[in-house]
Amino acid sequence: MALLTVENLKTYFHTDFGLVKAVDGVSYEINEGEIVGIVGESGCGKSVTQLSTLQLIASPPGRIEDGKVFFDGQNLLDFPANGPEMRATRGGKIAMIFQEPMTSLNPTLSVFQQLSEMLALHLQMDKETQRNRAIELLTQVGIPDAKRRIDDYPYQFSGGMRQRVMIAMALSCNPKILIADEPTTAVDVTTQAQLLLVMQNMVKQYHTSLIIVTHNLGVVARYAERIYVMYAGRIVESGSCDDIFNQPKHPYTIGLLKCVPRLDEEEDRRLVPIEGLPPNLIDMPPTCAFLPRCPYSIDKCKEELWPPLELVDRQYVSCYVDTTQKTL
Amino acid sequence: MDDTLLEVKGLKMYFPVTRGLLRRKIAEVKAVDDVSFHVKTGETLGLVGETGCGKTTTGRCILRLYRPTAGQIVFEGHDISYSKENQIRSTRRKMPLIFQDPYGSLDPRQSAGSIVGEPIKFHKLVLNKQEYNERVANLFRMVGLDPNMINRVPHEFSGGQRQRIGIARALACEPSMIVCDEPISALDVSIQSQIINLLEDLQKEFKGLSYIFIAHDLSVVRHISDRVAVMYLGRIVELTESKKLYDNPLHPYTQALISAVPIPDRKVEKQRQQIILKGEVPSPLNPPSGCHFHPRCPIAGPECSEIVPSLSDVGDGHEVACIKVQ
Repeated sequence: MALLTVENLKTYFHTDFGLVKAVDGVSYEINEGEIVGIVGESGCGKSVTQLSTLQLIASPPGRIEDGKVFFDGQNLLDFPANGPEMRATRGGKIAMIFQEPMTSLNPTLSVFQQLSEMLALHLQMDKETQRNRAIELLTQVGIPDAKRRIDDYPYQFSGGMRQRVMIAMALSCNPKILIADEPTTAVDVTTQAQLLLVMQNMVKQYHTSLIIVTHNLGVVARYAERIYVMYAGRIVESGSCDDIFNQPKHPYTIGLLKCVPRLDEEEDRRLVPIEGLPPNLIDMPPTCAFLPRCPYSIDKCKEELWPPLELVDRQYVSCYVDTTQKTL
Repeated sequence: MDDTLLEVKGLKMYFPVTRGLLRRKIAEVKAVDDVSFHVKTGETLGLVGETGCGKTTTGRCILRLYRPTAGQIVFEGHDISYSKENQIRSTRRKMPLIFQDPYGSLDPRQSAGSIVGEPIKFHKLVLNKQEYNERVANLFRMVGLDPNMINRVPHEFSGGQRQRIGIARALACEPSMIVCDEPISALDVSIQSQIINLLEDLQKEFKGLSYIFIAHDLSVVRHISDRVAVMYLGRIVELTESKKLYDNPLHPYTQALISAVPIPDRKVEKQRQQIILKGEVPSPLNPPSGCHFHPRCPIAGPECSEIVPSLSDVGDGHEVACIKVQ
């Protein structure tokens, strides 16, 4: 059985401009010791999905309207957002690495103070054990001279080092699931490679599950085993990375792979952009949200509701068109 | 060598670090430290490197937005390295800049049409109002915007459209070279390719238009550039044709950089070797002696901390700055 199962999750934001269905019926699961990638452009709901599972959505305007999040045999959404169960889960069992290492650390507290908070709260360690554990964690994520640097403040660390501190914090209570929300967007590629290696090693060593939320398909191809592609609040395609990178079936996934430059590409390759813009999520039509940009669309797409996710040889695809049969 | 549009020789840009009331100089940040390259007419030169490597400063020096500490910048046969501000204006018209942030680089109160038309007015490139209007409408069409939108203000446009306005403004100057400083990194993945294709199309349309394309994304730089210069801590470590850069990178930093960029292809990724560098990029305030890369370099020897390697040709115009490679 899967470690975390999310079923039909719906998170809506009731804004002054209208209803925003940021997450609209998303289901996914993650197994123990697995690396899963969730891919999509900004505003597709990938981060909101992750925040919803931990009930970290600001309410109002946000509300989790429907859905179930099964973890350890319990539905996390049954618990009150600030109740003891959720507080024990957040950070303790499911930890999150946030997008911006610059702003997610508290600038007025030393790194040790921020790390020890978690250790004291979740593991009831005394001060000395906390200190040793904190040094051990910082060393583990590759901060040199951790013993000396542990009382430093976030401003004394570089961007990459701050992100390492974030990873150390997330790992401090040996969580079962680690959610990394765009963990490497703000850092350089060589640092990105270092950080992802640290996370990958954690998965191998402690059998943690890792969810990488990213817009970078390359990162998913390199590290993840399974992938979920999101568009406008829904999952449009999912499956193993081997299958999807070999033969993407949803027009959006196909488009994404064709529109990014590759390091190993032939000379004079022409990029095939996805025409148009990502949709505005306010008051969306009930038809497929990708329809206005889709080169494969048929009449049925305009008449029917958003296509359900269906299994097409080992991949789940939400599309009425068999893209493998249709050439553009 | 007649088709050389821009020649940069031994460019140095040091920024003083000052302290106290008297602004005493206590140190120097060597943002650009002895950089030489040239750009030919109609060519795209990519400048790639990580944060703080000096790629943006190099671009700004070329436009003479900074007064370089040392070195020579020759553009269209004129040495502009130390010319005065009023002399530089007419030259700068020929090499406008496209900025990274499409939100911050357009005046929010100005209409799109007047943003694009401003250089035309400033440099007096047209004779009358009618010609001006035609020119602006034409520029809008060229970058794929509807000319009916000239009266809208920037916030009514999406990020990709704003970047198109920025490109139209650059084209309004009738440039011979455009410096693109991270023009797509603020855009969504699916929009990035639209802008890249637009830049490529424009280059075909205006024969002889050159680009200096500054970015941190190696795949994008390699895609759009004819030649790529890889920078590390203020110096160029490797400069070669973009094809050779991937097929045959010679400098150990380039090799590590390339291996760190994941390719969205599962089969390719499974076979790739990763080189993980030790540590982080050192501070440019206090760079390592000799070769700046030696503390992190997998093949460095004791001599690397003493000798400053110069960029030298190892054949076919493939230049590399490493004493271990030559």
